[in-house]
Amino acid sequence: MQQTGSQVLFTALKEENVDTLFGYPGGCVMDIYDEMSRQQIRHILVRHEQGAVHAADGYARASGRVGVCLVTSGPGATNTVTGIANAYMDSIPVVVLTGQVPTAIIGSDGFQEVDITGITRTCTKHNFLVRDIGDLHRTVREAFQIARSGRPGPVLVDLPKDVIQSVTEAEPLRTAVSPVEEGCPDLEGLCNEALKMLLQAKKPLIIVGGGVILGKASEIFRAFARKFRIPVVSTLMGLGAFPASDPLWTGMLGMHGAYSANMAVSQCDLLMAVGVRFDDRATSKVSAFAPHARIIHIDIDPVSIDRIVRTDLAIVSHCIPALKTLHRLSDEQGLTPPERQIHAWRNQLLQWKAEMPLGYCRNQNIKPQYVIEKLHQLTQGRAIIATEVGQHQMWAAQFYRFDDPNAFLTSGGLGTMGFGLPAAIGAQVACPDRIVVDVAGDGSIQMNIQELGTIAHYGLPVKVVILNNLYLGMIRQWQELFYGRRYSQSDMSQAPDFVKLAEAYGIKGLRATKPEEVKRVLREGLETPGPVVMDFHVESEENVFPMVKPGTPLTEMAFGNVRAVA
Amino acid sequence: MPVQFKERAISVVVNNRPDVLARIAGTFSARGFNIESISANITRNPAVTKIIITTLTTPETITKVIKQLNRLVDVLEARRLRRPQAVCREMIIARVPLTKERQAAIQELIDTRGGKTVSIEPGSAVLEFTGDREDLEEILTRLESLGMEDFSRTGVIALERSKS
Ligand SMILES: Cc1ncc(C[n+]2csc(CCOP(=O)(O)OP(=O)(O)O)c2C)c(N)n1
Ligand SMILES: [Mg+2]
Repeated sequence: MQQTGSQVLFTALKEENVDTLFGYPGGCVMDIYDEMSRQQIRHILVRHEQGAVHAADGYARASGRVGVCLVTSGPGATNTVTGIANAYMDSIPVVVLTGQVPTAIIGSDGFQEVDITGITRTCTKHNFLVRDIGDLHRTVREAFQIARSGRPGPVLVDLPKDVIQSVTEAEPLRTAVSPVEEGCPDLEGLCNEALKMLLQAKKPLIIVGGGVILGKASEIFRAFARKFRIPVVSTLMGLGAFPASDPLWTGMLGMHGAYSANMAVSQCDLLMAVGVRFDDRATSKVSAFAPHARIIHIDIDPVSIDRIVRTDLAIVSHCIPALKTLHRLSDEQGLTPPERQIHAWRNQLLQWKAEMPLGYCRNQNIKPQYVIEKLHQLTQGRAIIATEVGQHQMWAAQFYRFDDPNAFLTSGGLGTMGFGLPAAIGAQVACPDRIVVDVAGDGSIQMNIQELGTIAHYGLPVKVVILNNLYLGMIRQWQELFYGRRYSQSDMSQAPDFVKLAEAYGIKGLRATKPEEVKRVLREGLETPGPVVMDFHVESEENVFPMVKPGTPLTEMAFGNVRAVA
Repeated sequence: MPVQFKERAISVVVNNRPDVLARIAGTFSARGFNIESISANITRNPAVTKIIITTLTTPETITKVIKQLNRLVDVLEARRLRRPQAVCREMIIARVPLTKERQAAIQELIDTRGGKTVSIEPGSAVLEFTGDREDLEEILTRLESLGMEDFSRTGVIALERSKS
């Protein structure tokens, strides 16, 4: 049977069980779009290609499956670069299909030609330029395999127009793409060693990171921490891997981490890090990080080991087999939690939590933290929360108190303003029955505001909560604290009317300007079927606390006026 | 402890694909590591290329580089080649003017250093030498004094002395 390149492409996508493409058409992918009309596949037409990658990324984060997007050559391809870098930094499995000029023209500065494999070489896990239809099927399958295996990441496949248009007689081979997962050689020995260290410790602590969520290991992770009753802190990316409502929960660590979490890291004598890469926002000054602790590091990526923090025991493994082995060995050996030995430590943590909980001062203005608290309450903590980047992102991390994995979709590594709205689209497509909220800042929301058009087009019931402080708030905060209150270019008071803007897109818009309106607006927004934009005029000069100045030890936290409450 | 910057060699076995060198070079440049020398050629299997790279680094950095290289999809194996367990060699070809007065000196250099004459034209000759870095530095000094016009030098190639 004869097949065109487009047909081979869709065959491969079907074999990968792809149900949705996020994309945008153009000259070099016209044939693929033409074939698409004959295929059973959902296509979400975004309003900007950056939105397509972020949506595929949000789809992947919320569902645990590979997200896929399709764009044209040249400007379509370059528009994806920020999204690709974003997925790369957070290890999100995304496959980006880009059109390319015909192979005969490549290298001649053809119309809408860019060397996208060259441009994305350092921000993809891998990329391919398919030069022959004979390689197409295998390459697409391999792209998915690479995206999801090991430490996941984005993979780009560049598809020249002539390859897509050409015809092949060959049946696409059901190439068995061999899984490249390699087990850790001496897992049992290493786990025994880890257990020994764990049981000797008087002040043990676990840091959980995004790797546990990516590895779909939250359940077994929870069981392990609870079995040994070891307190848990989390990185930004790990939020939801361990429930914030659990008594062992000690908070998020890092620059805007909880007092209890940063103190715990600084005082513990054993630190077991699972699926973390020790970002500088989490460790702050590395030489002062966990100064009293022996460190066990479990991670799938050998590159993460000893890169930032020196470990005493490294287990290079997917976290599921590692945690399973720890469980099994402790069962076999009848090991029990070292209750008596760590009793004092747990009390100390409880005391820190009680002494200095995350807090804020109320006044006659809407406090952004209050909006998040109410959002948590009204959604019973069960919503999927995407965020943009800035203060609102940190308040969402601090005050939403995540209990579930795959529920906090945030740009941790790259810190991409404009991520949240398209990511929420992807999440809502993946999880049509969940409440999906984009917690946004007034600055960030304007970076991919055009995606309101996508939401309206598909009637996606995404709720946008804008914490509108009329500032690039995080920039203003740094200027206040570190640059002598010289507020250079952080004023955003020339803002659009977000309610009218929503309405222009055919979306319901709501506004709250006083604390007593917050609950009503949130309730109305959440109860209204379909998309809603909620504009909360919050305290303009509120700061995110605690705050550790970059480059200083985690214990040197500033609290602003929060202390007054605690 | 002083930081031990030394020239260290890595062997990288890769799929012979058009962009693989760019990826490897990118792995070095993106992390601010410099490649001192590089040499690449196909192996018994023409789809597989072996690349020997030397770089001036600390032991710690080289471990990190090797981890990064092993993460590349087209890298089949990257590992360190340690001296003295590995032999490291380079080659130069050098063009020297052929004059009556220098003929004896040139011949002497060839004889004592295991060199070869690979081309003779009226008035100039191209000589070939192999050796380790120190050997070649010394030979180059001698060649300079013989009025060497130009030369070309390969990167390091290296191989372990025995199966380990
Ligand atoms: C694309 C991009 N450009 C610039 C920045 C730098 N930056 C980080 S936070 C921030 C301010 C964000 O303002 P807003 O969205 O209003 O959030 P707020 O901090 O006020 O809550 C900026 C400009 C960034 N992270 N991403
Ligand atoms: Mg703002």
